[in-house]
Amino acid sequence: MIPELGHYALVLALALSLIQSVGPVIGARYRDASLMRLADSTALMQFFFVALSFAALTVSYVTSDFSVANVFENSHSMMPLIYKMTSVWGNHEGSMLLWVLILAVFGAGVAAFGRNLPSSLKALVLAVQSWIATAFYLFILLTSNPFLRLPQAPFEGRDLNPILQDPGLAIHPPLLYLGYVGFSIAFSFAVAALIEGRIDAAWARWVRPWTLAAWMFLTLGIAMGSYWAYYTLGWGGFWFWDPVENASLMPWLSGTALLHSAVVMEKRNALKIWTVLLAILTFSLSLIGTFLVRSGVLTSVHAFATDPTRGIFILGILIAFIGGSLTLFAWRAPMLKQGGLFAPISREGSLVFNNLFLTTACLTVFVGTLYPLALEAMTGEKISVGPPFYNVTFGPLMIALVFAMPFGPLLAWKRGDLLGVAQRLMSAFAVGLVAVAIAFAAEGGQSVLAPFGVGLAFFVMAGAAVDIAERAGLFRVPLATAAKRAAGLPRSAWGTAVAHVGIALTLLGIIGAATWGTERIVALKPSQTVALSGYELSFDGLTQRRGPNYSAQVATFSVHSGGALIGIMEPSKRSFSARGMSTNEAALMMRGLGQLYLSLGDTNADGSIAVRLYYKPLVMLIWFGAVVMMLGGALSLSDRRLRVGAPKPGRKPAAKPALQAAE
Amino acid sequence: MTRKQRRLILIGGSVGVLALAVGLVLNALSGSIVFFNSPTDVAEKHIAAGTRIRVGGLVKPGSVVRGENLRIRFEVTDGNHDVPVRFQGIVPDLFREGQGVVAEGKIEPGGVLDADTVLAKHDERYMPKEVVDALKKSGRWQEGSADGAGVAKK
Repeated sequence: MIPELGHYALVLALALSLIQSVGPVIGARYRDASLMRLADSTALMQFFFVALSFAALTVSYVTSDFSVANVFENSHSMMPLIYKMTSVWGNHEGSMLLWVLILAVFGAGVAAFGRNLPSSLKALVLAVQSWIATAFYLFILLTSNPFLRLPQAPFEGRDLNPILQDPGLAIHPPLLYLGYVGFSIAFSFAVAALIEGRIDAAWARWVRPWTLAAWMFLTLGIAMGSYWAYYTLGWGGFWFWDPVENASLMPWLSGTALLHSAVVMEKRNALKIWTVLLAILTFSLSLIGTFLVRSGVLTSVHAFATDPTRGIFILGILIAFIGGSLTLFAWRAPMLKQGGLFAPISREGSLVFNNLFLTTACLTVFVGTLYPLALEAMTGEKISVGPPFYNVTFGPLMIALVFAMPFGPLLAWKRGDLLGVAQRLMSAFAVGLVAVAIAFAAEGGQSVLAPFGVGLAFFVMAGAAVDIAERAGLFRVPLATAAKRAAGLPRSAWGTAVAHVGIALTLLGIIGAATWGTERIVALKPSQTVALSGYELSFDGLTQRRGPNYSAQVATFSVHSGGALIGIMEPSKRSFSARGMSTNEAALMMRGLGQLYLSLGDTNADGSIAVRLYYKPLVMLIWFGAVVMMLGGALSLSDRRLRVGAPKPGRKPAAKPALQAAE
Repeated sequence: MTRKQRRLILIGGSVGVLALAVGLVLNALSGSIVFFNSPTDVAEKHIAAGTRIRVGGLVKPGSVVRGENLRIRFEVTDGNHDVPVRFQGIVPDLFREGQGVVAEGKIEPGGVLDADTVLAKHDERYMPKEVVDALKKSGRWQEGSADGAGVAKK
């Protein structure tokens, strides 16, 4: 009964979505207020029905209703409750349901919080949202229905893929989807603006909070995925340039560009057409990411099922939305009025620089991800594009961008003084140089590039501090006044500084883990000891343990530093009988910002066990930096000027679109 | 500065950065990509020693020899030809004789692959796509012997 209820709720959501796709557009065309308002109620009701549908699937999982094919395939009655719930999105059908749920959440968000939007714009935005929703409801109902029943209910399920039974992965997909799908709002706003044929600075102010929220979730989602890969895969790597990782990185890069170009549009009414294009591209990249991951074109942990009809269906959605929106853009964009002028050296110029480098870097990732697929399709030749490719393409572009980062916020709008800014950044340069010298002395010439990377990171952090100090007038006014001014600075200024510091922290973490880490792979017998970067690790022996739905082989290590016992590490291998799979559970021990990392390999004939040991200094900064970036985003989001629903001084509360059109 | 000049600077700068990126990409594509080969390809193509390649197929039964310090030697086969592989380190959990494997490394003058990466399937039900294709090419593939979901490298 419950699965049928869920299925039916989804069909109702589709029906509502069809109404919302057409009604508000007609309403906006003929200025019919009641038709335009229709979108608000349908958006909220859609959310209700999709949530109901999602709840129905969750209940089926929690109660282990194996008569539902999807539950049978991906759950097991012995699984802990938390994984029963997260299995809902640990498979293709359920994860698509999560996708539309989040789409509905954002749609309802616009309907509920967009009170001060011009009614025609709001109606069109919600209509475009529903076009996307309709496509994905149809996709689920026609090709990936999670509510299908089995003719006879089996006694036991086939279990969730064991490497997905992990707390990190439990929250990774929802975060990532909040990011991916959140960009749909920016897309809908862009398409709505193109349909209306006009766009102004206020548009950017409405789009920015949504984009910022999506970007924050995506940042956290990517970081979470990276940390999961780090501790689950047992290689100690945090980024593999795997196509599936790239699929999430591309929308992040263009989304970051979009955030910055929207600032220019909001403050200076410039870069309008470019911002609209970026909004379209960012969501297009999210769709491409969904296609790459879901279609089975790529083999990876994310490719739950390879079914060609699904691939073709998503490809159809992709072509319709990307092709359609870009055609609309080509047709309507020339009608949008160009805005403010600025000199190449200015805040606007620096943000253009940012956009240029971010989109170009995104392009290199795009080529690296899709070139192997294209080559195989055309010539049958198989290649793999790995880290060496990205190190020489993505790397230099990013370094140039990061170096330029402290300059941007210090430049004045319209016309800036690069020399003056360089002078004000002198202290930051000095901090960077000192950091290079210290890093060089400390590492003893292991690597030439790494100290410069450290210097760059410190330059960026000091640059962010200089920006805040300059704005507060530190050293020019009394300290107390400066402190008061600093506290009173717009939150978005603080957000910029904090997010930029986050980038620098991540950079530091990457350098530390990649160049100063140590790695040993040894075969150990019980009571043998191995030394690693000043730590003594002695292998005490192997024990067997039982978990709820697995059995584990646990190795116990005592870790000594300077003769004193500092802790026990227990890497293990779990084998899951339901799927005949095993997973590797690495043991981690925090040492300051670094980590000791142990993972197990095979047991050899002579009774020894292969062990990978790593010491990774500063590695935690990689993910900590991402969290700081997200906090920067949150600060910016809390800025009064962006607060959703906050009264905007000097703006008439909608309802008079005819007047605004004259702008 | 006129509007036109400003636009020229903007467009010039953009074209410059794009050209730089295209140059970097082309340079990287010619230097740092790795071609996938089946054992038959390796036998027939006469790949120059020192070239980095990926070889995929099945681990030939009876060919695995483990040595000191986690050294391991095995042969990758597609049924028609074999490629000897040398590796030091931890092989994946599901590395077994008769199972699918992908090895990446440099080919040596004697025809041995000095691998630095060995990937195996991660799921009983799954086989790396590259291996499936190599086996299909050599005619040793049986439909239905591997279905659907799983993991290649991860």
